[in-house]
Amino acid sequence: MHKLLTEHSGLKMLLLGNEAIARGAVEAGVAVATTYPGTPSSEISTNFFQISRESNLYFEYSTNEKVALEVAAATANSGVRSMCVMKHVGMNVAADVFMTLAYIGVKGGLVIVTADDPYMFSSQNEQDNRYYGKFSGLPVVEPSSVQEAKDMVAYAFDISEKLQQPVIFRTTTRINHSTADVVFGEIKAPETSGDISKDPFNQVPVPAVARNLHAKLLSKLETAEKMSENSEYNFIMGDGVWGIICNGVSYNYVSDAAKDLNIEHRIKIFRIGFSHPMPRAMIKRFLKECEKVLVVEEGEPFMEETVKMLAQEEKLTLPILGKSQKYFSRLYEFDPALVRQSMATCFDVAYTPAKALDLSDILEIPDRPPNLCAGCSHRATFYAVKKASEGMDTICPTDIGCYTLGFLPPLAMGDFLICMGASAGVSCGFSIKTNKKVISFIGDSTFFHSGIPGLINAVYNNHNFTMVILDNGTTAMTGHQPHPGVDMKKLNIDGYGMVSIEDIVRAVGVSHVTVIRPYRVKKSIHAVKEALNFKGVSVVISKEMCTLYARSLKKARGKPFFVSAKCKGHKDCINELACPAFFIEDNRVNIDPVMCSGCSVCAQICPEHAILPIRDT
Amino acid sequence: MNTTRLIIVAVGGQGNLLASRVIGEAALLSDIPVRMSEIHGMAQRGGVVESSIVFGDAQSTVISDGEADVLLGFEPSETLRALNKCNLNTVVITNLAKLPSFTVTTGKSVYPNLDELQELIRKKTAKLIAFDAASMAIQAGNVLSVNMVLLGALIQTHTVPLSTENIKESIMKRTRKDFVESNLKAFELGFSAAKGLG
Repeated sequence: MHKLLTEHSGLKMLLLGNEAIARGAVEAGVAVATTYPGTPSSEISTNFFQISRESNLYFEYSTNEKVALEVAAATANSGVRSMCVMKHVGMNVAADVFMTLAYIGVKGGLVIVTADDPYMFSSQNEQDNRYYGKFSGLPVVEPSSVQEAKDMVAYAFDISEKLQQPVIFRTTTRINHSTADVVFGEIKAPETSGDISKDPFNQVPVPAVARNLHAKLLSKLETAEKMSENSEYNFIMGDGVWGIICNGVSYNYVSDAAKDLNIEHRIKIFRIGFSHPMPRAMIKRFLKECEKVLVVEEGEPFMEETVKMLAQEEKLTLPILGKSQKYFSRLYEFDPALVRQSMATCFDVAYTPAKALDLSDILEIPDRPPNLCAGCSHRATFYAVKKASEGMDTICPTDIGCYTLGFLPPLAMGDFLICMGASAGVSCGFSIKTNKKVISFIGDSTFFHSGIPGLINAVYNNHNFTMVILDNGTTAMTGHQPHPGVDMKKLNIDGYGMVSIEDIVRAVGVSHVTVIRPYRVKKSIHAVKEALNFKGVSVVISKEMCTLYARSLKKARGKPFFVSAKCKGHKDCINELACPAFFIEDNRVNIDPVMCSGCSVCAQICPEHAILPIRDT
Repeated sequence: MNTTRLIIVAVGGQGNLLASRVIGEAALLSDIPVRMSEIHGMAQRGGVVESSIVFGDAQSTVISDGEADVLLGFEPSETLRALNKCNLNTVVITNLAKLPSFTVTTGKSVYPNLDELQELIRKKTAKLIAFDAASMAIQAGNVLSVNMVLLGALIQTHTVPLSTENIKESIMKRTRKDFVESNLKAFELGFSAAKGLG
């Protein structure tokens, strides 16, 4: 049995934050879960996927976050508890659904998990999704610990059902990827059968209906504020006159710093776990009891600005400090020492930070940048495109996935990136206003996610570029989740359909379509050249399974290669491919046979034909 | 109870996350409060994996620069890179078996000299325990048990509040059945190795 399905209430188990969220959903009786994978949220869904195979949970990897939320909006409106999981930027994709779903509301509970990523450990921006609460008028809850990450899920479902509104469950990387012991609660049996009763005058927001619904939303927001005032997750600790208002992981740093600075008796901490709507009356009372207040929150001054506004309403003049006075930055994530230092400065407490080591004489440490894996099919594709476009003035928009790493030298394939699926749309733009040959890169899962509309646009508006679809048969970057192009039968999982990328590309009217096997170097270069010379929209589908994934599925791999005595040391293999299986020893090029996946690309480009497969002895 | 802060750095694939899990489980078995966090963005693609483990009365799961009590490094150049997490009182334990990054293996940059590296760490911190954990892993019968060798060295130093018994129980519980024997052997080898060093 999956460990998160353990019935034993009161059991203590070491859980990752994301496992705790999944357990919280199980305890809350979740019946439906949908997602598009994205770090740092991915493990929540991995667990749901496994749980769904041995329980009555319905789970799906949807094509993108918008679709995931549409599915969950419908199941929640059919009366069953539903959860929709995504990374922070996924909310931008789902926003169109989200903003109007706030008008329509739900019947069964709907919790939307958004995993924010301060410092951008694995993201392209560090947007603060608490603003989505304010933007839409929906409640936001945020845990501070792994235990709360579990406990607050059931709470979020409860408020969702009381308000008949979706609730945003906002985390940050340091919640998702922290581990701590968690005490299990009881599992509520899920209500799995749903139905919808037709109510078009509340569920079809034509202008006349929407006008009523907006008023209804605002009235629900008032009820939500009352809930926030009485929430057990908005609590005050201590009786000092130095006030601190904090949320999420900042609360942990504040609590530790209060102890370290020995000022526990002087401060009063207001931990906000229900952060939209803010508990305004509670905050006003808190401000009146303080001489000075410091607001500690990662990201934007979301609470700080509200707190200042509330002070103005009460004509309070106490100092309210935070980001506007540079005690904290809007950049990156916090850490315990940073918060300790700011608290000491703010409240004028003697504090000498630990003396940092003098590292001025440290030896130079070689970088360890992430790299495409040994034998990665993307490397082979990039090489083919690079060779095929030699001598051309090119611009290469790229997209989100492992292949983004192709922008690094020596491949240096990737000049422009915005967000999931944008490579297709921006290629249209570049092809209109530059004289460069536009070559765009997009992965298979990203193509399904949001690349198709851009391609249709290109065909319809008759743009001129080559789209290279890097089809490695999985969503590799986030941990090999399936997508609509994956044959689930090969994974011994029944009940799924399958969508062919090639059929889509041809169906939308692309007239020059080529499928290449990127490990066949010469053929691939030739096919890409033809595509590049085509005037109009051309598509190259480069098909080869992700080598890591193939390894995990125990698929047969090619024999590893070695560098024979014929090698004259041109080093084209190293300088042009940069496959990590290569190493130099005693001035000679070698291949690590354990890392080598036998793709044979290097052997095909070696001018001396010196790279050969290792024969069985 | 006092707070102890442990940083583990490794290269993706060295079993750092499993070692952290074993430590966490052992803490749970001995009723020691523990919280951990991990950063492993692109570990599978050759990057660095860092775990922070905080024992005792604290709520934070991350460790600021200069605030690690113990630094456990699975690879010598990564141990050196993480020295910003240390202070004068930090105990450093490191594997000396190199895993040179691609820039080094292809002659684009130079791996630091191991003697100089140890000299530097020794000069700047309270104590350095350094040995070749990879050869001990091979001796234990499993080349992948470097993490267990280093775990043995860590426990021997008494720098973290965990007993040998609890760690062993945790190894039996948390690691794959067919590897338990070699893992325990690796643990013992690391434990003994650390005795004579530092």
